[in-house]
Formats: sequence, C-alpha cells, structure tokens
Amino acid sequence: MSRTTGPLLRMTGIEKSFPGVRALDGVHFELQAGEVHALVGENGAGKSTLMKILGGVYQPDSGSIALDGRQVQYPTPRDSQADGIAIIHQELNLVPHMTVAENVFLGREPVTGYGKIDRRKLHADTQTLLDRLEVPIEPTQALRELSVGRRQMVEIAKALTFDARVVVMDEPTDALTDTETDHLFAVIAALRAAGVGIVYISHRLPEIFRICDRVTVLRDGAFVSTRRVGEITADDIIKDMVGRSIAEQYPYQPAAIGAEVLRVQDAANAFVHDITFTLRAGEVLGVAGLMGSGRTELAKSIFGRTPFASGQITIAGQPVTLADPRAAIRAGVFYISEDRKGEGLVLGMSVARNATLASLADFVGAAFRLLHRREDEQARRFVEQLSIRTPSTAQPVGLLSGGNQQKVSIAKGLMSNPAVLMLDEPTRGIDIGAKREIYRHIGELKQAGVAILLISSDLPEVLGLADRLLVMRDGTISGRFDRESMSAETVMAAAVGHHEVTV
Amino acid sequence: MKPLANTTTNTRQLLQRLQPFLGLVLIVVIAATLSDRFLTGANILNVLRQTSINAIIAVGLTFVILTGGIDLSVGSVLAFSGAMGAVVAANGHGAIGVLVVSLLVGTASGIALGIVITKGAVQPFIATLAGMTLWRGGTLVFTGGRPITIDFAAAADSFLWLGNGRLLGIPVPIYLMALVFGAGYYVLRHTRFGRYVYAVGGNEEAARLSGVRVDRVKIGVYAISGALAALGGVIITSRLTSAQPTAGSGYELDAIAAVVLGGTSLAGGVGTIGGAILGALVIGVLNNSLNLLNVSSHYQLLAKGAVILIAVLLDRRKK
Repeated sequence: MSRTTGPLLRMTGIEKSFPGVRALDGVHFELQAGEVHALVGENGAGKSTLMKILGGVYQPDSGSIALDGRQVQYPTPRDSQADGIAIIHQELNLVPHMTVAENVFLGREPVTGYGKIDRRKLHADTQTLLDRLEVPIEPTQALRELSVGRRQMVEIAKALTFDARVVVMDEPTDALTDTETDHLFAVIAALRAAGVGIVYISHRLPEIFRICDRVTVLRDGAFVSTRRVGEITADDIIKDMVGRSIAEQYPYQPAAIGAEVLRVQDAANAFVHDITFTLRAGEVLGVAGLMGSGRTELAKSIFGRTPFASGQITIAGQPVTLADPRAAIRAGVFYISEDRKGEGLVLGMSVARNATLASLADFVGAAFRLLHRREDEQARRFVEQLSIRTPSTAQPVGLLSGGNQQKVSIAKGLMSNPAVLMLDEPTRGIDIGAKREIYRHIGELKQAGVAILLISSDLPEVLGLADRLLVMRDGTISGRFDRESMSAETVMAAAVGHHEVTV
Repeated sequence: MKPLANTTTNTRQLLQRLQPFLGLVLIVVIAATLSDRFLTGANILNVLRQTSINAIIAVGLTFVILTGGIDLSVGSVLAFSGAMGAVVAANGHGAIGVLVVSLLVGTASGIALGIVITKGAVQPFIATLAGMTLWRGGTLVFTGGRPITIDFAAAADSFLWLGNGRLLGIPVPIYLMALVFGAGYYVLRHTRFGRYVYAVGGNEEAARLSGVRVDRVKIGVYAISGALAALGGVIITSRLTSAQPTAGSGYELDAIAAVVLGGTSLAGGVGTIGGAILGALVIGVLNNSLNLLNVSSHYQLLAKGAVILIAVLLDRRKK
C-alpha cells in the first residue's frame, strides 16, 4: 500500500450551528499517521462537536474532511467506522451484562454457516486482541466485573477489531488509577508505533506533555493554534484556551475566621468511622484522599443521606439529628454532589426550577401557589451573580456546559441559605475558565462567613484554597493539616498511609 | 458559545407542545367529514360524557407516570370502590356519603400501593399488577360475582345526579372531568407538590438531595391515582345504578394510552395534564366516530391500536 506523505486526516473549515448556538466556526484539524495529537479547549469550545462530526454523528454545515487526501463524508457513524475511525467515548458504550468478548464484537459477531454465533472464534479472536493489549482479562468475563480502567481496554480492543486508523479518546484517564493510566499510555505508544493516528482529548495538561506530539487548541468554537508539544509550556496552552494568562490559579484569600458552625464528634456508620472535626464560619476545610477513601461518604453522612449511626453533630452549638437531606437543609447544611448529572440536577428542568428546588418553601404564596415570577427573579439574580452563561433562566439545565451546570448547582445550594456548604469535586470535568470563577465564588462565600467543606481529588486545588485540610483513608481521618503544614508530600503520605501525620 | 436567534427552537417547541391538540383537531375533522351526525351538539356532549371517566383516570395516572411509575390497579380500584359506593347508595345515602366512602377506599388503596413501592422497594409495575389482581379478586368476593343493583326508588337523588344529571343541559360527569382537570392542572403547575412530582421523575436522587421527601411524593401520586379511579367508579355506579364486578377491566390500558397520546414520557419527568385530557378525547372521538360509522367493535380495537402506534411514533421522531 502506498501512503501519501500528506496527513492521515485533515478537517478544513468545519462549521456547525445548533439552534441558538454556533458550535464550530471554521475549525481546522490535522492528524498524521503515528501521531498522538491533543485536542484541548474549555468545555463548550467545540471539541466534542468536532469529533462527533468526524464520527458521523453530526453533519457539518460546511467544510471538508479528507482521509489520506481523499474527500470523505460520513452521513452515519457506521460510515465513519467503516473508514477505520474509532471513537472511545467518555461514557463508555458497553453493555455491562454481556461478556467481554460479546462486547468487543457487538454487532459484528462471527457466525457459523448456519448463522449461529461462533463462540469459539469469538473467544479466540477476543483473546488475540487482549493479548495484543497485554491486559489480563478473560474473554468470558462479564463486563460488569471489570474496573473502569479494564473496561477502557475493552473499548480499545473493540476499536482494534475494525482496524482503526484513527482512534479518538475523550478524557480517557478521568476515572483511571495511576497504574491503569500507565498501562493506557503504553497501549497508546504501541498504537502510535503501528501507525495509528490518535486524537487525545484531555483537560490534564501533564498527560499531554507526557504522551502527545502536537496540541490543537479550540476556543469558543474557533481554531486557535496547533503547535508541537516540545516547543511550548503548559502556560502557553492555558493562555490559548482561556485567551489570557492564569497568573493566579488559586486565589486564596485569608478571611476572618468566625465562630464554630459545625462540630462532628465520634461519628460513625457503615461507611465512615471515628469522625471528629470542627468547621468555623468563613473557613474552607479541605478534604483530600484517594478515590474510595470515604470523602463523599463523609459529606453524605453529615447531609443525612446515609446518616451517622452513632456520634454527635452540633450546629452553631445546638446538638442536631440530621436524619435526611431535608433535615440537613433546614439546619443550614447543603451538599453539592460530585455527580452533577446523576444526582445533582434535574437535567430536563429549567435553570430557574433547578435553582429553586431546594428552597421552594420560600416561593409559596396563597392557596399553595408557587410564585413563578419571584422564582425567576431570584434565579436571574444568581445567574448574574455567578455569571452563569445561559440564554435565559427557562433554558433546560441539561443544555448548559459542565461549568455552568456546576454553577446552577451552587446557586441551588446558596438559595437554601446554608451556614455550611459542602462542595464535592466542584471543578471536576469543567474547564479552566469556569474553575477560576468557581474558586472566586468560594472566596466570596468565605468572606461572607459561610463555612465550606471542600472535597477534591485535585491536590493543588485543595492545597491552594483550604485553610485547614483533612485527609481521609479507609473511611476515617488519617491526617490533619493547617496551611503551614500542608504540602503535596505530607498530604499524599497521609492519603496512602505511609505514616500517620498529625499536626 | 454564542447565542443566535432563538426562534427556531421556540417554533419547534411550540409545535411539539401543540401536537396532541393538532392530533385531536385532525381526528375531529376526519370524523366530521365521514359522518354528518358527528358534529351535532348532542353527539359532542355524548363524546365528552363517554370520555369523562377515562379522562379522570388519566389525570391520576399522569401524576404517577410523571414520577416514572405506573399504576395498573386503577381499573380494579374503580370496580372495588364502585361496589363499596353501591352498598352505601343502596342504603339511601346521597352523593356526599357515597363519594366519601368510595374515595377513601380508592385513596387508601393508592397509599397502600405507594408504601409497598417506596418502603418495600417493589417496582411499580409489579406492585400495581398485584394490586390490580387483589382488588379484582376483592371485588368478586365482595359482590359474590354478581352485580350490586341499587333500587332506583331507594337511591338518593343526589347520588343518581352524579352519573345522570345535567346542569345547564350539560351532563354532570363532564363537569366532574373539568373539575378534575382544573385541579390537576393547578396542582402540577402551581404547587410545590407538583414541582416535586416533576423533579422526582426527572432525577430522583437530585430531588432527594434537594430535600424533597421522595417517598411521600410517590405515595401521594398513587393516592391521587387511587382516588380518581374511585371517582370514576362512583360515576359509573351512579350511571348504571349498579356496580358490576367486572367494571373497569382494561381501563388502565385506555388511561395509559391517553396519557401517552398526550405526550407524557413513560420515563417520567415530562408531560402535562392537558395532554392526558386531549389523549382521552382522541380515544373518545375515535370510539364514537367508529360507532357512528357502524364499524364493528373488533375493527375498532384495530383502529385504536393503530392510532396509538402512529401517534407515539410521530412523537418519537421529533425527539
């Protein structure tokens, strides 16, 4: 096969509009064979839309796609697949109840002459693929028994079944452990060596410097730059993404720390144990720890979703029992979930109705009638205050970008007038610009005397924002730090349990 | 993202919202074209009266379906509470007495099913399937399998009036349907409970973490559904001056069809009371016009099934 010296894939002048939004405005993108090409940009910058056009999910309004210099069009995902373009989505497209092999060959099962599925061949072919990826998975294992990292490998195996020449990975490491990430990178390197072109979408800049050859930045649906990774710094990428330099990523402001608002004493249940700490007005208490260490469970236990079985919670000096979230909200505690779509917001409801959902009692007039106008006014106030970007407060919240959804969650929390606000991974999966805004709002709340519990996996983030820090491990507090004693090293040591660190 | 003009979305949304209404207009036009007896005042009142019971049940079911649940027990609850009401009526009690007893029975049934569904964590389909069977069995046991007939002379006027009376020339069941529609619309659109119904159906956990007492909302919707099925039972009992042990068989399916024709999603969170009424009217007009055209009842079922399929497919395509 003769291969032209031009790029493997070239997308030129791609434009795409949706009702109310111009998603892509003349975007260029180029991918060489044997290249790992990062595609970055804030949420809503147009990365996903561009890849959906490549995958045949959307049709471009104008612009062209060339594969090996040949003009192509992909009216359906099947056409794109047939040309060897594999897209591995953030939400994995696998069926949990089926086996690994059945998933890998879903829709393309090998059959015998009678049309019966040829299980032997199915399993043998799957085994070959898995061996190539060097993953210790059995073809006959049920998918639901696998970790997220292993599932990702199954997705990649699936991509290999149709001799993918272009593999698009959308935030592949978001849910992976470090070992799984290392393994994924090894697989990526092998694919690159085999001449596959890889589009790598990620918010994690260190990963880009680790494995990518070039990086293309999109902003507001427009092309900004394509550059060699070796010639730039992380700050250059950020500058291109947000259109400004981030001098102060974590705007920590010391605030006047007030009276004790929350005290948890010797609390325990099936998820966490031996929990004792205090939280004061105007203070940000960070909670760090590895995934599964009990951070979210701690917050949900305080919030009454999984109430403590023993111990005592005291709010503003009063002992309280928080048996359910409603009781917690009434006592002045609010929890904003890490899982915006799954348990944070009602996606089909409007911005205004999501925002008022936790404080609806404040909007009831005569004859139990809800005061819609007052709801809208109040929602508009918060849209302005938190600079939520939405066409109107009537917009379904599911149509907003991740960062703006997060702000609607925060607006909902603030409307309930909390004395204690628990934020669980408030910046996960949202872009740098929106992160900065959320950091600023945390600072403002702190100045206003709200007591904040900030749970985060992003270590620089908690170190940057917290006045004090708790580290969780195995369902209990394994380290306590103040601003002077906290550092990445001491916190990690407490998180992984090398030694007990208490200051 | 840069916002452009919003008009296209709005037009599409408007069309989507109007679809059940346009469907009704279409079917009325067809019926009027095919039969000159259709658009007479008497026939229209007839259609409305015949539709009223299905519409009332469909309103209750809309609440349930909006939370993502389903209630298959309504037909049996109608029969059982109707039979209870018949006994009360046979003893000479008036509309109030009969309504109080029947509605209490229906509401209690709904609350019981709601508790099984929430506290017992049983799927609504299964719980209400059991309820449907239990109440049908209860009705057969209670009536001995024979109709409970109310002596016309002994029955109170106010009770007979519920199913047979007229006010300003319009049959009373039509007023009851309008009342139920108005109340249902108000509760869903203008009260906290209504908002919570949508929130629970849209995202149950998000509602819970917003302080909504999800279990209470769910028990509430089944109670409403049970109460409205019982109201249907009272109207039928009054109309026939007897309670049939097999009354209401299959009504749950007509009511589900009405709700779905009205654009309500069985997944929960999306839908309106107005849609359910329109859906019930579509089914009512269809039945009526096929009767006027002397189409046999066997073919009527085929036609009804086809209309439901077409309507739902059209609705799917737009999403």
